[in-house]
Amino acid sequence: MSSTLSKIEKKTAYTLLLPAVCLVFAIILFPIFANVWISFKEVGLKDIRIPEPRAKKIVKNIQESKSELKIIYKLRNSSLIQDISEVSFSDKLPKNVEPVNLDKRCEFKSQKVKCFFGNWEAGYRENFEIFVKDVNNNVINSKYVKSNKPDLNGKSNNILLTTDFTLKNFKNVFINNNFFELLMTTFYFTFFGTLGAILLGIFAAQLVNQKFYGRTFMRSILLFPYVGPVVALAYTWTLLLDPNSGTINSLLVNYGVIEKPINLLGQKYLIINILGFELKLRLALTTVIFFEIWRYFPLAFLFILARLQAIPKDLYEAADVDGAGPFRKFFYITLPQITAILSILFMIRFIWNFNKFEDIFLLTGGASGTLTLPISVYQQGFAISNIGMGSAVSIVIVLLLITFMIIYFKLIGKKANEI
Amino acid sequence: MKFKSLIITLLASSIFLTLIICIWKILATLQGLSFTNLNFNLNLLLSLGLVTTSLFIGKKFNHNLKIFILSLSFTILYTFLNENSPMWFSVGIFLLILFFTNKLKKYDLKYLNQDFISEKILFEFLSLFAIVFFALVILFPFYIMFVTSFKTQTALLINPIDLSIDFSKNIFEIFKSYFVIFKTYDFGRYIITSSYVSVGTVLITLLFAIPAAYAVARLNFIGKTFLSTSILIIYMFPAIVLVIPLYTVFSQLGLRNSVEGLLIVYTATTLPVAIYMLQGYFKSIPKEVEEAGLIDGQNWFGIIIKIIIPLSLPAIASVSLYVFMIAWNEFLFSLMFLDNPKTFTLSRAINHLTGDAETPRQYLMAGSVVVTLPILLIFIYFEKYLVSGLTAGSVKG
Repeated sequence: MSSTLSKIEKKTAYTLLLPAVCLVFAIILFPIFANVWISFKEVGLKDIRIPEPRAKKIVKNIQESKSELKIIYKLRNSSLIQDISEVSFSDKLPKNVEPVNLDKRCEFKSQKVKCFFGNWEAGYRENFEIFVKDVNNNVINSKYVKSNKPDLNGKSNNILLTTDFTLKNFKNVFINNNFFELLMTTFYFTFFGTLGAILLGIFAAQLVNQKFYGRTFMRSILLFPYVGPVVALAYTWTLLLDPNSGTINSLLVNYGVIEKPINLLGQKYLIINILGFELKLRLALTTVIFFEIWRYFPLAFLFILARLQAIPKDLYEAADVDGAGPFRKFFYITLPQITAILSILFMIRFIWNFNKFEDIFLLTGGASGTLTLPISVYQQGFAISNIGMGSAVSIVIVLLLITFMIIYFKLIGKKANEI
Repeated sequence: MKFKSLIITLLASSIFLTLIICIWKILATLQGLSFTNLNFNLNLLLSLGLVTTSLFIGKKFNHNLKIFILSLSFTILYTFLNENSPMWFSVGIFLLILFFTNKLKKYDLKYLNQDFISEKILFEFLSLFAIVFFALVILFPFYIMFVTSFKTQTALLINPIDLSIDFSKNIFEIFKSYFVIFKTYDFGRYIITSSYVSVGTVLITLLFAIPAAYAVARLNFIGKTFLSTSILIIYMFPAIVLVIPLYTVFSQLGLRNSVEGLLIVYTATTLPVAIYMLQGYFKSIPKEVEEAGLIDGQNWFGIIIKIIIPLSLPAIASVSLYVFMIAWNEFLFSLMFLDNPKTFTLSRAINHLTGDAETPRQYLMAGSVVVTLPILLIFIYFEKYLVSGLTAGSVKG
């Protein structure tokens, strides 16, 4: 009895799960594996379109007699790069109308012209003509003839499904494209973006955890940057930082802080002289990191605030009795209480910042030293139109991600479950 | 000890006041006042004088009278020593000083004798300043976005820091950018597409996620632990690694440039977190309730519809709002999949606007306001639900 019940339970569970699992598999897991396949292929954006045989039908009257017509088919291969093989053609003719002097490649059967054109190379074009005649010398309705659309079929190699593989993409990724700099920029961006967001988050959470007038209002405001759409926020910041008549530059010039506007998003290096030492600051990258911190510290704030509110009040009361000031309370009570959540936050935010695409793309498009791995996927795949290369970079990202996740689960996987 | 705390109080509070006044001045500049100097040193001296007077008067007078007289006299002094400024600016200064002197209420020379008082005072002014600072840093871009949308191209070119709205013009002139983006750039259609996509994503996600979450939370089957751990791992994989294969497949299937294609992708990417959030809540519902339902002859379907869903409405609300926010704000897939202006979502449309360098920035900002305002209003109105959604879903972002 119980075994049948558990069988029913299993069956129900699988039925309930099936739609969700199928969808996730198709849209998330399949692409990850498909990346592996594509990354070993030489595929460009233009190869994706499947080549098709096409025909444009033109019907012409022959002056002398209304019972004869000339039909011209403008045949072509839609692709300029790939061949189509075994092209077949068929078109229907009206009753009692028959072709005259039909091309050798064709035959006429049950009012249908059927042709076998064989192989069409890439960019193939032909004007194929047939003459038709009414058997009873009646007038042929040319509009009716024209309204029949010819049917074409052909076989072509879908370049994505062939089995030619190459290592060229990976060679390009690792050798030709300054891979080391790309990786360093990505890590620089990820590390400082994460660290900054968490530090600011601690600060904000500590602030909101006090009692003051307008505290709930403050808590809502702090989440605005995260809730707002990235497109709107990124463009607002671009306008704010714009060197020509951007608000911030104009204000700084107005108050005499700087002499001429700084192109914060378009300048790769800022050279600072400190005591005779020349320091090169990655300016655009730093600006992008600040935007990233501004947009994502609310998340860190939310997590840390939740943890802060769970710290027992008597710890602080005891500290008060011992005469500890606010800074000591922070370093000796608050900080030890939140280290666990901080380490989890750091790992999660690190992984997500590592994958960040939209923010950098909208602010700089990867120019002036802000090219990170995700932006590189887009550039290779869509700007340079090399899908294979884009996939190869995606594979690099996936491999690094898996490494991070293993580290994450080894280090704090158990802690994460406790919280 | 007393001397040290006196110095710290003086410095911390007067630097705080000076900074606040500077911020007020910068904001006033954006309203068209032509200040070119912050007068930091002068203001600091004035503030030091103010704090010293306030401390030495202490509690000898009626508090309200004291702060009123102090604020008034220092505002006059301030206006006199600084450049000419209009009335509303001085009123602002007066209110700031009033607020500040009120904060100084409990401070007198006796109060400064306590233990650790200097640290406490420093902390107090630091956090006061931090509140102002955070509010400013966060609201400033939103403010700029909003006011820029009411300006005209020529006004912005002549004086880029004058962002005041000219109320003498008629309503149509003031809201011109909004009329233009709806008429010329067809934003009405994009709002409908965006709403359709977002609401559609929410509905389909719930339809798929509720049964799956119920199965994970309640039923026993082989591979359950594997499934529940893999949900989160799948969630960690970013959209950017999915984009190329999905682009190729969708191109070949003709799903690009269609709203349906977006719906499928958005649903799939939000499903893992929706399942994760819902199953956590379902587990907290007492099993006895369901068993009662079973005895009444309900099947699994009836239990989900009649017991689980009504009991977990708050969690469903959180998930819905979170998914709505993700779908509304999503940019990467809409950039990749949509080339035809007829299928654009709002985010994609704004990105399309910037593609033309000639597009005046007030139109761009009006578009940004149109895409930002609904989501902020929803957030403010449903904050409780959305915050719990964010907390659970914030592994992503």
